[in-house]
Amino acid sequence: MADWEVIIGLEIHAELLTESKVFCGCNTEFGGEPNSQVCPVCMGLPGALPVLNRQAVELAIKAGLALNCTINGTSQFDRKHYFYPDLPKAYQISQNDRPLCSHGMVELSVGDRKRQIGIQRVHLEEEAGKSVHVGDSIISSEYSLLDYNRSGIALVEIVTEPDIRSAEEARLFLEKLKTLLEYTEVSDCKMEEGSLRCDANISLRPKGSSAYGVKTEIKNLNSFRAVQRALEFEADRQRRLLQAKEVVLPETRHWDEAKGMTFSMRSKAKAADYRYMPDPNLYPLQVDEAWIESIRQNLPELPDAKRDRFINDYDLPPYDADVLTTSRHLADYFEACVQEVDEPKLVSNWVMGEVLRWLKAHELEIESSPVAPKELGGLLKLIQEDVVSTIVAKDVLSEMFATGKSAVEIVDEKGWRQISDADSLEAIIDGVIAENPGPVADFQKGKTKAIGFLVGQVMKASKGQANPQKANEMLRQKLQK
Amino acid sequence: MFSSMTISQLRTLLRAREVSAEEVVISVFDQIDKVEGDIEAYVTLCRSEALVQAKRADALLKEGNAPDLCGIPIAIKDNISTAGLKTTCASRILDDYVPPFDATVVTKLKEAGVVIVGKTNLDEFALGSSTENSQFHVTRNPWDRSRVPGGSSGGSAAAVAAGEAIAALGSDTGGSIRQPAAFCGIVGLKPTYGLVSRYGLIPAAPSLDHVGPLTRDVRDAALVLQAIAGWDGKDPTSVQKELPNYEAVLSEDITGLVVGLPKELLDNELDPEAKEAIFGVANVLESLGARVEAISLPHAEYAMASFYLIASAEISSSLACFDGVRLGKRYGEAKDTTSMFMKTRGQLGIEAKRRILVGTAILQEDNYTTYFVKAQKVRTKIREDFQQAFGRCDVILSPTTPTPAFTLGHKLDRPVIMYKSDVYTSLANLAGIPALSVPCGYTEGGLPLGMQIMGKPFDEATVLKVGHLYEQQTASERRLPQKEVKANG
Ligand SMILES: [Zn+2]
Repeated sequence: MADWEVIIGLEIHAELLTESKVFCGCNTEFGGEPNSQVCPVCMGLPGALPVLNRQAVELAIKAGLALNCTINGTSQFDRKHYFYPDLPKAYQISQNDRPLCSHGMVELSVGDRKRQIGIQRVHLEEEAGKSVHVGDSIISSEYSLLDYNRSGIALVEIVTEPDIRSAEEARLFLEKLKTLLEYTEVSDCKMEEGSLRCDANISLRPKGSSAYGVKTEIKNLNSFRAVQRALEFEADRQRRLLQAKEVVLPETRHWDEAKGMTFSMRSKAKAADYRYMPDPNLYPLQVDEAWIESIRQNLPELPDAKRDRFINDYDLPPYDADVLTTSRHLADYFEACVQEVDEPKLVSNWVMGEVLRWLKAHELEIESSPVAPKELGGLLKLIQEDVVSTIVAKDVLSEMFATGKSAVEIVDEKGWRQISDADSLEAIIDGVIAENPGPVADFQKGKTKAIGFLVGQVMKASKGQANPQKANEMLRQKLQK
Repeated sequence: MFSSMTISQLRTLLRAREVSAEEVVISVFDQIDKVEGDIEAYVTLCRSEALVQAKRADALLKEGNAPDLCGIPIAIKDNISTAGLKTTCASRILDDYVPPFDATVVTKLKEAGVVIVGKTNLDEFALGSSTENSQFHVTRNPWDRSRVPGGSSGGSAAAVAAGEAIAALGSDTGGSIRQPAAFCGIVGLKPTYGLVSRYGLIPAAPSLDHVGPLTRDVRDAALVLQAIAGWDGKDPTSVQKELPNYEAVLSEDITGLVVGLPKELLDNELDPEAKEAIFGVANVLESLGARVEAISLPHAEYAMASFYLIASAEISSSLACFDGVRLGKRYGEAKDTTSMFMKTRGQLGIEAKRRILVGTAILQEDNYTTYFVKAQKVRTKIREDFQQAFGRCDVILSPTTPTPAFTLGHKLDRPVIMYKSDVYTSLANLAGIPALSVPCGYTEGGLPLGMQIMGKPFDEATVLKVGHLYEQQTASERRLPQKEVKANG
């Protein structure tokens, strides 16, 4: 029985973070009243003309540079024709055979292997409007409403080479891509708001073969997890067909998240002909070397470089560096905190642990964390200075998240300062010894484990405030006398 | 009669307060009342708005700081967007479309103080050479009402020729200003591509479309051009250039100027009377100090095919938006979007459908390289031909059309013959160069003939100057169509 190789290519659309739309001056903010951010140009009124937004070109170049692409000095805007109600001109301005960026590459870490995924192209285009079907579904709805607020928002389409070899790699690629686009502030990559979308092409071929098999395209992938699940399902489906000597049909398939299956949407046997033509209103786009260079110079530190720096400068384990550099904001948070507390591993543990856990539970991003890096630093200093124990510090942090107060304020208010001075501890320890003759006798007979129980009793009696290490030392001294 | 005067004559009278803008507008509407029933130049008339605008113009004239075209009644072709005023493209599909914005040329004319008389008839979506493709009504030639006024700016040309407007705006994709100007015995200018903004012109073929004036004489063309030319940030193909004073240039002489006569455009297919007229013009220009030289435009014979393919491709794209969703009147009950698209688009006229089918076919992947790309290569060759020619001469002289105005219905069902009559004019659209049509005589039957003066890119000044000097030199031979209108009526 043949062993199959999975071949995957992705097409990603990312909305650019421009202030205005790509060919007009309309606002791009998300969530406005329907049709409140429109003008003759993005409504496609006849006679209105597209004027290219320089910022959109700049962001697309940034994306190209972050993906190691060649930025083409001359590129061309083309019209892609199709009839659809949310496409007011009945063509989309896009780039066909002369894209702005091409021949890029993204490096992935898959387990302990490095994988290079080719980027075929990154091109600039305009977003369509949005259809809102009134009723349950597109079929049963009585009528549809159209919102053109999104129409004309700047997009980049990123097309990979068919270099991806598993569903997991596809997810890792998307995570890396998202990181890169967020770092460069090209896109906010919010799949739930539709600012990042992904379609996947997948085919199988016998291992060792160089010819490609018949591919299917999967749509309606609304999360990175969905991409992985859908591709796993589809690879499996194709494998079973091929092993049963049946054929894979060239078609577009719809991912049903609830059912966990792909369904055939339409045949692709006859490829759609979009009747591309150069847009006669837009002369070829010329970008000069100096502009590209200045954009390159102003690129922020990219995740791979940052990761390496975190390992070298902060002596962090690679795992920590990976996690902390997945988002530019997270990395910034970490570094701001290290400024306060010069103990990177301690900071890393807390950021990756308690902070991210709390944010995740409250569905917040690091940039909107109620506890600023400086505040977290304040707390970690208290740990360093033995003012609070790690256990108490976790409670303090919860209070900080809940109240917005500083660590010192909370510790003082609650009287949570750790008891480390011998006089205060001695009284508590004497009490514990008096009340627990059994375990004391055990310890003295050589059952050293009993010390743990006794320390626990000291902690209990002090309401967690005793310094456990100190308590341990003092207990031993007293019992060994 | 004020309605038969030129802009420059009226300007003098208005400034001297010998006539009021209101009187001029009333005179124009009187003429409209007299002849419009026969001519049918307009789709929409704005009588009451025009009177309001005229009163405003009179107030400015009284203050003494009136803008250049203050109080001049002008007609606008009905494919040029006017805010709040129906803009139909003479199509059923847009017969209730009211644009929410003014075309830049309309904004500029309003700033220059004009009074808008109305919106003129055209071939549907400016596709045609006779205005017979209007889905509303035909327009008749003021010189002979059994004949077409030309097209697609036939309404604008007929209105100016018949005294129903002092001047008009038209659009020109392959000769749509110059050919009707020639047929109606007036002046028409297609400026250099990028000199006049296209923002708000409902497109036919954006790489070939131009907006320009139709006027009674060359001086008026210079005056209107001055008002509408100039860079526009809303038009990405608009060019930033220092503009000359086009009227001031008219008084310069043309001694030593070289006039090129392209042998390819003076061949045997040309009507003998038209040919004779052109040689007559050459003689007049020589007598004024110009030198006439034979030149060659070797790729001119491929112009028609190249023009037709590029125009059709672009037209099929431009007209795609009229699908009944937001644009294009929705006709009939549709079961789904596809049937809605089809019912709406089924309303388009035969020429529009023909262009859409041809354009759609040649943009298909299998045909794209064979037809569209090749047509673009020919276009480049034609541009190079002109660059070469303009190395040897300053302007190029040719007939505007191979024949005078033809009779109504004559060519409607013979599209290829109709397209072929665009051969002289479409060259300038492919090359983007300025081209002016000026009356240059009459046939034995009394129909006007037109000559075309083409110039270097952005050298409207020289083109206008040559046209103006010729016009001055032959002023005594100039006839007025209004006489014929009366004689026939
Ligand atoms: Zn807009």
